Amino acid sequence: MADEKPKEKPREMRAEVTVPYEMAVGSNWHRFFEGLKEEKILGTKCRKCNRIFVPPRSFCPRCFDDNEEWVEVGQEGRIETWCYSNLMFPGQTLKPPFVPVQVVLDGTDMGFQHRIAGFDLSDFEKVRALVKFGGRVRAVWNKEKKGTIFDIDYFELVT
Amino acid sequence: MRKMAIAQFAQSAGVESKENLMDFTYRISKEVLDKAGLKRSEVGCVVIASSDIFHSGLSCANAIDWDGAGAFMVEGTRAEDSMFAFIYACMRIMSGHFDTVLVTSIVKGSENPENDTLTGFFADPFYMRPLGINETTAAAMQMREYMQRCNITEEQCAKVVVKNLGNALFNPYAHVRKRVTVDDVLNSDVVSDPLKALECAPKSEGVASILLAAEDKAKKLTDKPVWVKGFGTSMDHFNLGDRDLLNGQLKIAAGRAYKMAGIRNPKKEIDVAEICEPYAFQELLWCEKLGLCGDGEGGKLIDSGVTQMHGASPVNPSGGVLAMNPYVSRGLYRLIESAMQISGSAGGHQVDKKVKTALAHGTHGFAGQCHSLVILEG
Ligand SMILES: [Zn+2]
Repeated sequence: MADEKPKEKPREMRAEVTVPYEMAVGSNWHRFFEGLKEEKILGTKCRKCNRIFVPPRSFCPRCFDDNEEWVEVGQEGRIETWCYSNLMFPGQTLKPPFVPVQVVLDGTDMGFQHRIAGFDLSDFEKVRALVKFGGRVRAVWNKEKKGTIFDIDYFELVT
Repeated sequence: MRKMAIAQFAQSAGVESKENLMDFTYRISKEVLDKAGLKRSEVGCVVIASSDIFHSGLSCANAIDWDGAGAFMVEGTRAEDSMFAFIYACMRIMSGHFDTVLVTSIVKGSENPENDTLTGFFADPFYMRPLGINETTAAAMQMREYMQRCNITEEQCAKVVVKNLGNALFNPYAHVRKRVTVDDVLNSDVVSDPLKALECAPKSEGVASILLAAEDKAKKLTDKPVWVKGFGTSMDHFNLGDRDLLNGQLKIAAGRAYKMAGIRNPKKEIDVAEICEPYAFQELLWCEKLGLCGDGEGGKLIDSGVTQMHGASPVNPSGGVLAMNPYVSRGLYRLIESAMQISGSAGGHQVDKKVKTALAHGTHGFAGQCHSLVILEG
């Protein structure tokens, strides 16, 4: 009957979606990751606007032309911006707290994203006292190389 | 109506590419612009078709492949089905907002799991998904109903595969290119009875790109403009149980396109048709609804031979979707093949007759839930 109260509250159904993919890294990213194995950070240069892309791009999205020139860029750079992440959620690879950073590596024209680590990150106020907008950082290499972005373990503060 | 034409196009072959989706997209978009002699910044607008979350394993929120399609810092939008994307592009020219629109569709099937791992997610999560309803089981139920109600035989359905894969032998862009017999089809693995493995489309790579232009501009960008005469779309209920699986929305979509193009007798006036047939029997059913034969006569149509490459009304000279199935891109592939047939540039798969008018059809959803078509003319 329409006026009868339901015995139970409407339920929620738990759903999870897991789908496997085999994503082509492509020749451009392959060369970048091979460079990391040799502790080199490689970029590409646009012959039209002269910007240096790191990570490298096979083409310049603005000029829409092939980037054919490869260059090795600096392993130190300037902090363009950063944040302090304290939130855990399903699918996140790094365990909080961690410090995402955008670095402009020496000799390049754009921000390169990684993380700052190498000291105790547990207290935000202490982190904020050390990490400075515009400050210098340097890549610290992982001893074990797997050809992934974590071949650079993290960026350390240059003091 | 403001006149507009396909000015240039490019398509990738169906074989697996080692390049990532971004670079794969860039190569084809760049090829079209180079053919037209246009800079990226000279394109009025870009429309992309992709089904990112399932057919690329990416969320669309950051629209990462926009860079590859040249859509960076220009007006742009995206659609999930490439035929719809093309129709959006037409509207953007008809409205007078733009003189050129680049439409690019992107899929790398080689990176994806099986088609039905993904199409299973099209099903509603509460009752259809747990019951194993996906695109193939829905199509198999549609095929059974078609065979029963219209006396279509398994042999007639198998003949579609023989014809289309045979045509694909001449198309260097097709993915599956092999000669098969009716017996090969009937003896291939049963996927979901009555559907056999060879009657189901593969999972292909496919980036395709079309430059659409308003009349004056089109004439400057090509010597062989292919004019858009009409288009139509229509969508059915989501729930299979709400629908007549043999009389869906295609007739309505076709009626809209024919009216716009001034076509009264499609059987006579359509010189070649590129039809989206992810399952072999659907070519026969869609031909009926498009008016290329009478209702219930799809079986007779394939038996008569008129839809063969060198028949009076060729259907799928490219090899169709059975030979090449880059999911969301397949609409643009139908359009590109139609444009090639009109401009006489299809090479080994060019039909014998003179092609003035061509029909390109697209479908997605279970058992043809959504249909779209475009009429092109030389
Ligand atoms: Zn540039």
